[in-house]
Amino acid sequence: MHSNPAKNHSLVGPEAASERTLYPYVTGTSVVAIKYKDGILMAADMGGSYGSTLRYKSVERLKLIGKHSLLGASGEMSDFQEILRNLDELILYDNMWDDGNSLGPKEVHSYLTRMMYNRRNKFDPLWNSLVLGGVKNGQKYLGMVSMIGVNFEDDHVATGFGNHLARPILRDEWHENLTFEEGVKLLEKCMRVLLYRDRSAVNKLQIAKITEVGVTISQPYSLKTFWGYSAFHNPTVGAEGSW
Amino acid sequence: MDLNQDDLSAPHSMGTTIIGVTYNGGVVLGADSRTSTGVYVANRASDKITQLTDNVYVCRSGSAADSQIVSDYVRYFLHQHTIQLGQPATVKVAANLVRLISYGNKNMLQTGLIVGGWDKYEGGKIYGIPLGGTLIEQPFAIGGSGSSYLYGFFDQAWKEGMTKDEAEQLVVKAVSLAIARDGASGGVVRTVIINSEGVTRNFYPGDKLPLWHEELEPQNSLLDILNTTSPEPMNM
Repeated sequence: MHSNPAKNHSLVGPEAASERTLYPYVTGTSVVAIKYKDGILMAADMGGSYGSTLRYKSVERLKLIGKHSLLGASGEMSDFQEILRNLDELILYDNMWDDGNSLGPKEVHSYLTRMMYNRRNKFDPLWNSLVLGGVKNGQKYLGMVSMIGVNFEDDHVATGFGNHLARPILRDEWHENLTFEEGVKLLEKCMRVLLYRDRSAVNKLQIAKITEVGVTISQPYSLKTFWGYSAFHNPTVGAEGSW
Repeated sequence: MDLNQDDLSAPHSMGTTIIGVTYNGGVVLGADSRTSTGVYVANRASDKITQLTDNVYVCRSGSAADSQIVSDYVRYFLHQHTIQLGQPATVKVAANLVRLISYGNKNMLQTGLIVGGWDKYEGGKIYGIPLGGTLIEQPFAIGGSGSSYLYGFFDQAWKEGMTKDEAEQLVVKAVSLAIARDGASGGVVRTVIINSEGVTRNFYPGDKLPLWHEELEPQNSLLDILNTTSPEPMNM
C-alpha cells in the first residue's frame, strides 16, 4: 500500500499539475543588447503578438532586477511574468539578509539558467529567451538563456529574429568602448531592420541603459522608416508583371 | 493543397465577442449572448458577464465549462478574501486570482477572460487575461472570436476620457458589429456598467441595434410588404 508521492493535485497556484510541453500564446519578439563604454544597452519593442495578430502594443519587456541587472524577455509573456515573480522573491530574500551585499547580474543569470534548464528537463519549459545585462563593481556583464537552458555571455546578444538580422550588423559594427550615442544609434539600426523584416515587430520600442550608477528605461517611442527608393516606387519598371 | 487547414501554431479562436472599456468614473463591460456547440446554438440568450464580487465582474469567452469553473473558484476565493480583509476586494486582486488559475492550469484550460470593476483605490480598471494566463492591464480590452473584427474599429473609435454614455454606446456598437460578421457571436448585447455608485445591467435585443451593411429592417411578414405597396390600378 503506497500513495502517489510527489504529484501536486492542486488546481491553484503555479505548481499545479502540468505534465507536457506547451505552446506559446502571447509572445514578444526580439531583444537586442550590447556592451558599451559605461555599461549595457538593451532594446526591445513593446509588442505582444497572439499568433499572427499584433494584439498588445504596450507590453514592457525590459525590467529592472534588484539594483544591478536588466532582464529582457522574448517568448511567452505569461511565463515572463512568472519569472519576474520568482525573481522578486529572490531579490526580497537577498535584501532581507541585510548584509550589505546584493545579487549582481552574474548571480541572477545563473539563477535563471538553473530555472530554465530544470524546467526543460521536466519537459515543461518556460517558453522564453532571456537577456540579462548589468554592471556591478565596474564589471560589465551581458548574457543570454534560452528556453532549453543554453546560456552564454558575449559582448552583444539578441533573441529570436534578432539573431539572424541584428547580430551580423553588430559583428560588423560593434567595438569596445562605444559611447552612449553610438550605442543607441547602433541598436536603433538593428531595431529598424527588425521592423522592416520581422512580421511580429511593432513600431514602439524602449531602450534601457544600465551603468554602475543605475538604470534608465526610456519612454516608449517610434522609429522613422524609409521607403523612398525608386525601386520601391516603381518595382516593375522593365519587367511588367513582376513584383 | 489543404484549403481548410489552420496554421497549427496559431491559437484557437473562441466563440463569443467580449469587451471591457474604462471611462472617467468606471468601466463598461459588454458581450454577445451566443453559446454554440459546433454549428448548433445551444443557448441564444446566455449571460457571459459574470459577477465575482459586488464591484468586480468578468467577461467569459472560450470554453463555457472552463470559464465557468474559473469564475466559480475566483468567486469563492474572493469571498473569503473579502471577509478576511474587512472591505471590498480590489479589481487588481480579482484579476490576479484569475491569472493564478489561468496560468497554473494553462495546459488544460481554454478560456480568455476580461476582468473589470471599480474600487476606491484605483477607480475603474480593466484587465485582460488571454490564453496562457498573461495578465495585462488595459484602458480597453476585446476578446473572443468576434474581436478579430474589432481591432480596426477600436483603433479608430477609441478615445481616452469618454463619458459613461459614450462608453456604453461604443461597446454596444462594437458587439453589434462583431455579431454581424462572426458566426460564433449572436443574440442580444448585454452590458454591465460598474462605478462608485454601483452596478447597472442593460439588455439590447436585436431590434434595438443599428443595421449594418446588407442588413435589412426586420418585418413581420412578406404580406405586410405587399400590402404597403400601393395596389396596381385595375384594367377596365
